[in-house]
Formats: sequence, structure tokens, C-alpha cells
Amino acid sequence: MSSIISVKDVSKTYSRDSFSIPVLNNLSLEVDEGDFLALMGPSGSGKTTLLNLIAGIDKPTSGAITVGGTDISKLNESALAKWRAQSIGFVFQFYNLIPVLTAFENVELPLLLAPLSKSERKKHVETALNVVGLDDRMDHYPKQLSGGQEQRVAIARAIVTDPLLLVADEPTGDLDKNSADEILTLLDRLNKEFKKTIIMVTHDPHAAEKARITRNLDKGYLV
Amino acid sequence: MKVFKLIFKNTLRHKLRTFLTILGIAIAVVAFGLLRTVVTAWHAGVEASSANRLITRQAVSFIFPLPLAYKNKIENVPGISKVTYANWFSGVYIDKSQFFARLAVDANTIFDVYPEFVLSKEEKENFIKERNACVIGADIAKQYNLKIGDQMTLEGDIYPGRWAFVIRGIYQPRDKTTDGTQMLFHWDYVNERIKEESPGRANRVGWYIVKIDDPNQSGEISAKIDTLFKNSTAETKTESERAFQQGFLASTSAIITAMNVISFVIIGIIMLVLGNTMIMSARERTREYAVMKTLGFSGRHLTGLIMGESLVISAIGGGLGLFLTFPIVQGFSKVIPKGFFPIFQLEPITVILACSAAVLIGVLSSIFPIQRALNTRIVDGFRFVG
Repeated sequence: MSSIISVKDVSKTYSRDSFSIPVLNNLSLEVDEGDFLALMGPSGSGKTTLLNLIAGIDKPTSGAITVGGTDISKLNESALAKWRAQSIGFVFQFYNLIPVLTAFENVELPLLLAPLSKSERKKHVETALNVVGLDDRMDHYPKQLSGGQEQRVAIARAIVTDPLLLVADEPTGDLDKNSADEILTLLDRLNKEFKKTIIMVTHDPHAAEKARITRNLDKGYLV
Repeated sequence: MKVFKLIFKNTLRHKLRTFLTILGIAIAVVAFGLLRTVVTAWHAGVEASSANRLITRQAVSFIFPLPLAYKNKIENVPGISKVTYANWFSGVYIDKSQFFARLAVDANTIFDVYPEFVLSKEEKENFIKERNACVIGADIAKQYNLKIGDQMTLEGDIYPGRWAFVIRGIYQPRDKTTDGTQMLFHWDYVNERIKEESPGRANRVGWYIVKIDDPNQSGEISAKIDTLFKNSTAETKTESERAFQQGFLASTSAIITAMNVISFVIIGIIMLVLGNTMIMSARERTREYAVMKTLGFSGRHLTGLIMGESLVISAIGGGLGLFLTFPIVQGFSKVIPKGFFPIFQLEPITVILACSAAVLIGVLSSIFPIQRALNTRIVDGFRFVG
């Protein structure tokens, strides 16, 4: 397997008022294409920060991050936004669906940035919702769905552009056990059946079991 | 789904708040439209003034009269085609609240100098030959339900006594800006009675209206007229009709300026109201904007979304306000005495200003929320608790 993600000597320090808070310290990591990696660790260990850096929604203080051959640490904001739209699918802990849009429209949202016709968008959205098993709820608004269903819509939104990499930040953190199992099964299926590379941040050992590889972080270091 | 649909859905997210903001903008536009209409009504006299008419009045003040004998001398100045004269009669018709211009005029020449007062040949002849005849504007006839042959009695104040007139003509205003609220009657009729009752005030006119052939010569002719009466007991001041009307407005300029300022203050206030609404909306959606940025939406997209929402609200409010302004201005024009504002209508410039103000409000109100949305880092947006 070839490496799809290469994190080299990455450090990240946040500034809060007059304080500098180091979160990641000279961290290096390689992820192969098709991997399902779970990042675990206690609160404040830097796992979400690492995920954000790999997903291109934050920039490292030093070091280099290459994803799919692109050194994203050198991209400017607008190039990074374009790259995220094409390469990354996001799944958040709190789903982060737009409440005034239906499930269909929420999933369609990232496709508005792609050069697709209305019928092509419709086809993609229906396929994504079918994969997550919600093709019968596409006209429902987020408030009309359960937490598990909302997260499945969020996963459909993440995969609708067929991204290079799927990143999930505590995807089961806000769900009951049954719903969490459904989401983990879905992620597992996306990895195995659709060959999606997935990085998942979790503090739940049960969730981490679904991943092929687990890496632990502590105080900004991989252990 | 198009971005416009998202803008529209965002607009309706807090229906009551959006409704109240739209209502606020609509009320502001109505107030703006009304105030601007009053200001333009105030200026209607200036707009209606003719370039080929000069006004000759007493140099010290408009309230002092001029000798009738000046007429022949003015007529002899080259470049003048006609001279007529008028006196402000004032007086009371029905009661003191009924205000419109009542003027004693030279019946033989007044309509030659004011062709915008359209009168039939027959009515003009009847008016000239009957000493106590009067001509009234069509707006006055409509307001008081008067017709030819009816009597109008004035209680004199500047010229004391009861003055009875018979309506022999109703003139139609030729232009939109022509005053249709004047009452004109024979200066000779007034002068005859003044001769008997207070001879010292007889043979005096309020001002002369001078019709000239070439408006470009107005400065030169004005100077020639005033030179004629230099060092006399009643020196004159001659100026264009427009300058004369503007001189009247100068006395009320503070009120007009205040109205102008207030009309724009209203726009400023409503801009703050919409700005506040947009700031609240953008603040509530900080996390959503972070999500959209994460999905690849650029600053340009977010600018379009926020400004679009602001413009939708301001456009609906502005449109509603304009829609309501027309009947409200029309209603006001019926209620206020015709004589105060002979021309009281919504001018195209007011509509253009109101539309421009609505667009400006929409754009300016969105600047701060846009700036906030763009400057908030994605990771900070996700941490935001609204």
C-alpha cells in the first residue's frame, strides 16, 4: 500500500492572550491508502488538532503535511478551501447539518461547488443517501430525524463528492449505543466496500475496535 | 438547490424577527418618502418658475408696495414683451384655516404672462369685462365644489371689509408643477375701493411680473429696470422668478434642512436596525459558516449568502414601504389644505432615492457580519457557543 498521508515533524502551538500552548510536538505519521485509522487519547492530547491539520482546516506551526501528493501546509486559504472541497469528507460529532435544509439539500451542499448539472447532482445525492440507508428520508429536515439518522446524513454529505479521505471527529460521541454501532458499521462498510481511507478521532475503545489501526496520542506525542 | 434558495430559507429562519425588521424598513421608507415629498412640495414653486419671467419688487422688502406708475416705465425697457402686476390680498375665505393664494391682478395682462394658467377665451373675456369677477384654479374649484357663476366672499384683513366675487373662470394647470390653487381677481376693483376708504394706499401694487423675450438677457434687463428707479423713494429689486421663489424658501430653509436631515437620519436608524438583525443572524450561524468553509465554500460564497440575505430583507421592506407610500402620500394630499402644498405628489426622484436607500441599507448592514464571518477561523467557529 502506498502512503496517502504523510505528517512530518509537525508542531502546533496555539496562542491565547499572552500564553503559548504547545499542542503537537514534532509529530510524524504515515497513513496508507485504504487505511481506517483511529486516533485515541485523553482530552487535550491533540488528536482533534492533528485531524484538523490533516483535513486542512488549520495550519501547522512547523513541519509538513502531504495528503494525496499535495503539500497542504504550503497552500493559501483559497487553494486550501478548493482542495478541501475536492479531497476531504468531514463527519462531526454534532453532525452540523444546516437546519433549514432538507436531508437531500444538506447532502447536495458540497456539490454546489462542483461543475455538475442539476440532474447529476440529484443522482449523486440519491446514491449517497442510498449508501447510508436514508433514501426514504431525503425530504426530511434535521429536526425530523433522530441523532443516528442525522449523523448518517452527515456521512452522506461527506462521501457525496467521492473524497480522497474521510475524517471523522468523535462521530459516535453524541449517540446512543445502537446508533453508534450503526454509524461504526457504516464507516467500516465505507472502508471495506468503497475503499475509503478514514481517520477517526475517538475516545471510545469500542469505536476504535472497528478501525484497522489505532494510534494513541498523549500530550502532543504519538505513543 | 441554488444558493438563492439557501438565502431565502435563511431569511425565513426567524420569521418574527424578519417580519419586524421588514416592517421597520417599510415604515422608515414611508417616513422617508413623506418627508421628501414635503421637501419637494416646498420647492414646487421654484420648479414651476419660468425662465422668461422677472419679478420686480420693492428693494427694501417684498411687503412694501410700488407705485402703479412704474408699469409704463418698465414696459419701455428694451427686451420686455409684457408687464403685469399683482397684490397679495390675503383675506379669509370661510375661516382662517382655509389657505390658498388670493391675488389682486391686472385682469388684462395676467394670462398673457402666465400661459400655464389655461383658461378658455370665453371665460377670459367674461373675467375681464366684469369688475368683481374672479378666476380660480381647478384644484380650488374641486376642493370647495365651486362652479362658474358661484359667489366667493372674502373677509379682508390687509384690505378690510367684505369682498364679494363672482366666479367667471376656472383655470386648468398646464403642467404638473403648475399651482392650481390660486384665486385671481381685478386689482382695479380693489384699488377703487381703497381709493375711497384709505386713499393713501391707492395706486400701489405689490410686485411687477415682467415677461422678457430672451431669458439670457434677464440679468441685463433686471439691471436696467432697477436703474430706472435708483434714488427714488421706492427703489426696486428685479430678479428672475426662480431667484424670487428661492428667496421665499430661504426664510424657511432651516425647516427644510431639518426635514432633509431627519429623512436621512431615518435611513441611518433603520440601517442600524437591519445591521443588528444581520449581526445576530451571523452570530447564531457562526458554526454553520465554519461548516460551510470546511466544505470548501469560499469568502466570496459567504459574502454572497450574508449580503444576499440582507438585500432580500431590505428589498422586501423597501418595496413594501414604497408600495404603501403612494396611497399614503395621496391620502395626505387630500387631507392637507391645498393652498399650503399646491403640488403634493411622490416625485420620481423620491422613488429613486428610496430604492437606492433600501439597496444601500442592505449592503452596508451586511458589512460587519461578513467581516466577522470571514475573519473567524474554522476551528474557532466550531468552538463557538452562541
